[in-house]
Amino acid sequence: MANIKKLLYSDKLAPYLFVLPFVLCLLIFFLYPMISTFIMSFQEVISLNNTRFIGLKNYERLFDVHFYNALKTNTIYTIFVILTAIPIPLLIAVMLNSKLSRGKMFFRTIIFIPALTSVIVAGVPFRLMFGELDTAFINSIMNKMGLPSQQWMLNYWAGMMLMVMVHLWRTAGVNMVYYLAGLQSLPEELYESAEIDGAGGIQKFFYITLPLLKPILIYTLTVSIFEGYRMFGESYVFWNESMPNDIGLTIVRYIYQQAFQRNDLGFGSAIGIVLLLIVLAINMVQLKYFGLFRKERD
Amino acid sequence: MKKITVAVLSLLLVFSLVLAACGGNGGNSGQSSTGSSSSSGSGSSSGGSQGGGSAEPTKLTLWTFQDQHKTYFEDALARWNELYPDKPIDLSIETYPNEDMHNKLLIALQSGVGAPDITDVNINFFHNYLKGDIQLLELNDIIEPELDKFITSRFDIYAKDGKYYGIDFHVGITVVYYNKEILDQAGVNADDIVTWNDYIEAGKKVVAATGVPMTAFEVTDQRPFWPLIVQRGGDYLDADGNVALDSDINIEMLHVMKDMINEHGIAIPMPGGRTSSEEFFAFMNNGGIASLIMPSWYMSRFVDYMPDLAGKILVRPMPVWDSTDAKSVGIGGTGTAVTAQTKHPELAKEFLAHAKLSRESNIRIWEILKFDPIRWDVWDAPELMQADPYFNNEKIFEVFLQLKDDIRSPNMGILSSAAQDIVKNQVMFKVLQEQSETPEQALQAAANELRKQQ
Repeated sequence: MANIKKLLYSDKLAPYLFVLPFVLCLLIFFLYPMISTFIMSFQEVISLNNTRFIGLKNYERLFDVHFYNALKTNTIYTIFVILTAIPIPLLIAVMLNSKLSRGKMFFRTIIFIPALTSVIVAGVPFRLMFGELDTAFINSIMNKMGLPSQQWMLNYWAGMMLMVMVHLWRTAGVNMVYYLAGLQSLPEELYESAEIDGAGGIQKFFYITLPLLKPILIYTLTVSIFEGYRMFGESYVFWNESMPNDIGLTIVRYIYQQAFQRNDLGFGSAIGIVLLLIVLAINMVQLKYFGLFRKERD
Repeated sequence: MKKITVAVLSLLLVFSLVLAACGGNGGNSGQSSTGSSSSSGSGSSSGGSQGGGSAEPTKLTLWTFQDQHKTYFEDALARWNELYPDKPIDLSIETYPNEDMHNKLLIALQSGVGAPDITDVNINFFHNYLKGDIQLLELNDIIEPELDKFITSRFDIYAKDGKYYGIDFHVGITVVYYNKEILDQAGVNADDIVTWNDYIEAGKKVVAATGVPMTAFEVTDQRPFWPLIVQRGGDYLDADGNVALDSDINIEMLHVMKDMINEHGIAIPMPGGRTSSEEFFAFMNNGGIASLIMPSWYMSRFVDYMPDLAGKILVRPMPVWDSTDAKSVGIGGTGTAVTAQTKHPELAKEFLAHAKLSRESNIRIWEILKFDPIRWDVWDAPELMQADPYFNNEKIFEVFLQLKDDIRSPNMGILSSAAQDIVKNQVMFKVLQEQSETPEQALQAAANELRKQQ
């Protein structure tokens, strides 16, 4: 018994013991599937016990119009996400951080609440609001303004707007909280001295707030790129049965379609590996560009 | 000592949390099976009490993607437990959304765990399950003894290499549903419409008199394109399963459909894109179009989702182009199958035979689901020959019996699911909705893409 006690209290072992659950979870639920996905991407999977290696055939099949469409949709979507889900929450955060604004807690709460819902739950009301009949909420407003009804989900760009909207509605609150936390840690003295030097509100924002928030902005940018490319739910909630002319077909949905709907796990795995490489490459470039690999300088 | 216990316990807690989070699926299905056993309680309890406690009910699971099918299986279960008190079944019926259920089933069958004993499989997906090592049980032993009483083409669509793997609910005869109120306003008599040219002329009259389009075509699904081409001898695949999507007949029929929209102005791209969308139910219910070309199983959707049309809908045969055309086409379907993972294969098959093949059950299929049963020897049974108040108080089977001997079914093969997907998502949408491609372009592109997968 004393031995066990000694073992548990030893400085060398204890850290390993405490990280063990995480390491095990990583090995079993992340590393193992990753390796087997990599292997499967070179196989034809007839059933899980019956596979055969087919070399690069799965990768050759990636040169088709659907993969191109998926990649295009993902890229456009990611750009829109970056253009909306970063500046808008930043603006809200700055406004809510201002001494002049009232009801801060109230607005913080209502802007954050959507973050607590799942994509599907958040998406269903959007889908119903943007129904294509004249009686659907948005179309009925359009009609009152003298505009014709739209078939929102059957048009590529309208569909893109819907997905970006659901994403923005859900993530604005989270990003706002990040920015608020950053804003509140900024030293007051800097603003005071800037005021003495005669800087206006806009100058203070661009020359003090933005540079000091850079680490947080880079973090949200990295997350946005990643979320943009792995998007699934925002599209699934609008086009869950069919994706006419590949509207809403993203890379992850293409994986889902090929692997689970068409029973082609090998090809699905190949798409997954390529997605991993794409996201990795983009994030590497972006992190290098923003200097995160450079050593901290003072 | 105490600290060790605390450490061990907390480690266990962490593990169980991790496991619970990762294995959410198992917990879920356990819950839902207890939840739904109450629904089957009425049947099994009566069977149990009469049996004098001699037989313990066997637990079986059934998955479906249609709530209406669940209602039917509950009825079949109650009848089973009454008929066979010596071998009662406690059937837990779980309903999932269409795509979800099929993906879940595919993963369960692939991985070897978690599949139900019996499952409904939509014909759109059925041939995905017949690839590689087939995980469904062969049903020839229950089907073959009674094959002569059935419309056999409905078994062929679920077969591979002479083995049957699924049993359908219905034939799915394609008919035309006319809104009598709108036709009357335009002075059109549905019985005068015999050929498709009559249909187009009648459509013009309807549009001129009421401003309501004659019909709507699915643009994110495949009807009426599929029945229209099969009626003329076209199809997605040929009899050997090779791609035939770009045949002359298919191109011609798609041109006809496009002309009905653009040139004749009698048809529109369907609001909501497909006949199963909420938007379309509302649109049709409000008298948005004068007629709809759909299979017979759509009757149940009328009754359930379009209450305002009660008494106004006429069911009439599909018009024809000439005498070489089939009088009708069987479209759609649900093959109920027994999975290889069941622990009670014999009982599961017996129950399936009871629920899908017996005379009594085929009558109940009509009564509960408003489906045209695949067992033709019940078609003239008094239960089926009753007038239906929703459908203008007419005897629907008088129409069906005229068509019985000339019903064509589409060819099915390993590429069926992919072919249907591409027609739904690419061809219909590009040609009828966006009008960005001609019928030739869209069908040839689709056929070429399919041929690559061959």
